[in-house]
Amino acid sequence: MEKRKLSKEEIARAIAREISEGDCVNLGIGIPTLVSQYLPSDLEIIVHSENGIVGMGPPATPAEADLDIIDAGKRSVTLVKGAAIVDHATSFALVRGGHLDLAVMGALQVSQHGDIANWKVPGEAVPGVGGAMDLCSGVKRLVVAMTHTDRDGAPKIVAECTYPLTAKGKVSAIYTDLAVIDIRADGLHLREIAPGWSAAELQQITGAPLHFEEPLPIIGLHGEKAS
Amino acid sequence: MIDKVAESPKAAVADIRSGSTILVGGFGEAGSPANLLHALLEQGATDLTLVSNNVGYNDEGMAALIARGRVRKMVCTFPNYAGGVAFKKRYLAGEIELELVPQGTLVERMRAGGAGLGGFFTPTGAETELSAGKETRLIDGVMQVLEQPLKGDYALIRGKLADRWGNLTYWRAQRNFNPIMAMAATITIAEVDEIVPLGAIDPDVVITPGPFVHRVTACPVRRS
Repeated sequence: MEKRKLSKEEIARAIAREISEGDCVNLGIGIPTLVSQYLPSDLEIIVHSENGIVGMGPPATPAEADLDIIDAGKRSVTLVKGAAIVDHATSFALVRGGHLDLAVMGALQVSQHGDIANWKVPGEAVPGVGGAMDLCSGVKRLVVAMTHTDRDGAPKIVAECTYPLTAKGKVSAIYTDLAVIDIRADGLHLREIAPGWSAAELQQITGAPLHFEEPLPIIGLHGEKAS
Repeated sequence: MIDKVAESPKAAVADIRSGSTILVGGFGEAGSPANLLHALLEQGATDLTLVSNNVGYNDEGMAALIARGRVRKMVCTFPNYAGGVAFKKRYLAGEIELELVPQGTLVERMRAGGAGLGGFFTPTGAETELSAGKETRLIDGVMQVLEQPLKGDYALIRGKLADRWGNLTYWRAQRNFNPIMAMAATITIAEVDEIVPLGAIDPDVVITPGPFVHRVTACPVRRS
């Protein structure tokens, strides 16, 4: 099997398996935004956007664009049939109050305890927190999408976060370009692995012990046809 | 007769004094009171504290005020983006103060302020740098942080329709922070697409009722 890393699109497709009919979900900026493209077309879900959209649809074409219908990244989007518009206080009541089934967001670091750091890079000029801390505090299940290592090859999955925390103990699963990892009370559990990689190789670029049972399944992709 | 109609954005912001705390509606450019902000730019008030989700774009709205040194402090959730150059420049030079607040906490602090509450406990930000020094309490097994109410001397907001009583509607996700900021200021000033006769807005459709609003002015939406 050819050894390779997953593309952003493949990570998004793998995460799409987390979403079930009827779920209310918040998909962050970057890889998480791509997830909605890989859901079965007959699946009815409700996509929440922090700025008060409950029932967000795909990006708007130039002809459809309404500058007052934007996502959290300020891109023009559409509304689905059944959508609702709410004010910010109601939007964050949905977030903090446990009314969202799943949130997918990026991260700079995730620890073996499920701590997440994604709002401030030490040394970077201006920080920005947005709704990340609120989402972490209230969502039923928090999934992180990120590359397995940083630009210098250092692990982003660590024993303890060294960057300022966004929330403690909130991450349920991590999807990277190399692995799917569940976080349980006793630490990191390797669920699936990228094609051609071994658990031993993955352990070398992961900053905390991985629990696993071999043989490990290759990362499954939503909607993938059996070959 | 109740008549809250101001003839122009300029007239609506004429009495804003230097040193004021101003709640500025909008998320990005959606629902931004850009006409009122530019009237404020002309008006000259300085030493302002602005409370908003972002920090304006390029040389528009809040960014124009920041670029000209008129803002002492920014209370916001997300100042770090490509268009936020005016803020970044002042911030790096130590010429503007930043209070970074999680988005849900920011809006709820204003809701509390507007609703006469003395604050609230929230799990957001517990055990992070942003709750350092704040009172915490374990409630239902969850660590929560005491957050204080937040009020403004003024709120500048954008809506769709208004009547002379100050009843407001909003268009789509222009709504965002605007109805909450309307509650939390001593003087709330709304710019809208159109001022309609009293009774033209169905009572079930009014989102912000008139008592929260003090001035309304009609002007086309201004975008960068």
